[in-house]
Amino acid sequence: MGELAVTVIGHDRPGIIADVAEILAGLGMNLTDSTMTRLRGHFAMTLVCTGSHPCADVEAALAALTGDGSLTVSVRDVRPEPDASTAGRPHVLTVHGADRLGIVAAVCRATAEFGGNVTDLTTRLSGDLYLLIAEVDVPAADVERLTERLASVAGMLGVDVALRPAEADLL
Amino acid sequence: VSAAVVRPVVRAPAAVLGTAGEPVDPCDPAVVGLVADLFATMRVSPGCVGLAAPQVGVARRVFVVDVTGHPKARTCHGAFALCNAEVVEATRWEKGREGCMSVPDLTGDVRRAARLTVVGYVPGTGEELKIRTDAFEARALQHEIDHCSGLLFLDRVAGAHAVYARRTYL
Repeated sequence: MGELAVTVIGHDRPGIIADVAEILAGLGMNLTDSTMTRLRGHFAMTLVCTGSHPCADVEAALAALTGDGSLTVSVRDVRPEPDASTAGRPHVLTVHGADRLGIVAAVCRATAEFGGNVTDLTTRLSGDLYLLIAEVDVPAADVERLTERLASVAGMLGVDVALRPAEADLL
Repeated sequence: VSAAVVRPVVRAPAAVLGTAGEPVDPCDPAVVGLVADLFATMRVSPGCVGLAAPQVGVARRVFVVDVTGHPKARTCHGAFALCNAEVVEATRWEKGREGCMSVPDLTGDVRRAARLTVVGYVPGTGEELKIRTDAFEARALQHEIDHCSGLLFLDRVAGAHAVYARRTYL
């Protein structure tokens, strides 16, 4: 069984997900993990599916959706990943401030330098306010030093930063 | 004594919202005047259940709260103001959706204590006041005390998918 990564980006309308899913189902491709949102109004979907069809067949079938130019679709082979090991402690990183170039770059570079691995990310521009929220696994031994480094980066960028342990919701 | 005025509410990314407020002298007439302005500004703002000094551009540890009549409120102390308030006990953490007049286009899920004890000082008299509350009033108090420390609800959202575009502001 091959694993394929599919991205669909473009003008939003009702039925895009239904169209994509129907085409994949028609090919016997099993949709596993997927995520979809709207980014500044654009439809944006990423999914992984498994099945026996080669990448080119799936791409050709999905090309039916791109005819009017409103959607861009890509299909790529990916190698199955082992279950992610959680080497670090889960944290939520929040950054907010006046919009300027390079906030995500500087904050995420500092995070990476301490082995922090971003597992989920949302950024939003809301009026003049730029907001970044990242879920980050941070090696336990580096939390304090990363917190200090982020405070220094935030000071240079003129933004506010908070790094907090994620709440573990256990039954 | 000058009449209370409605002050403009500042919005993120204003620097004052990220600045820890200075403690105040609750008996300072300027503080009493600031509290009157906070009440006046809260009163003219639909849906507003609390307002802190940094939200009107003043980095001081003062806020007003009034959750009277709110459907999610249980214990309710009516309209009151506190100076230099601190949380002394917080238990029963629960996630809930919050908005803020200073972040008008976004809401977010934030864990707050649903049982709360706060100690602060009454403006004008300087009397120490201990408030024990719960549910929505507890959430409002924690939100306002955060403002006094230069924190927004955005600093406490539960995760990358815990912020939402507000459809209507009320």
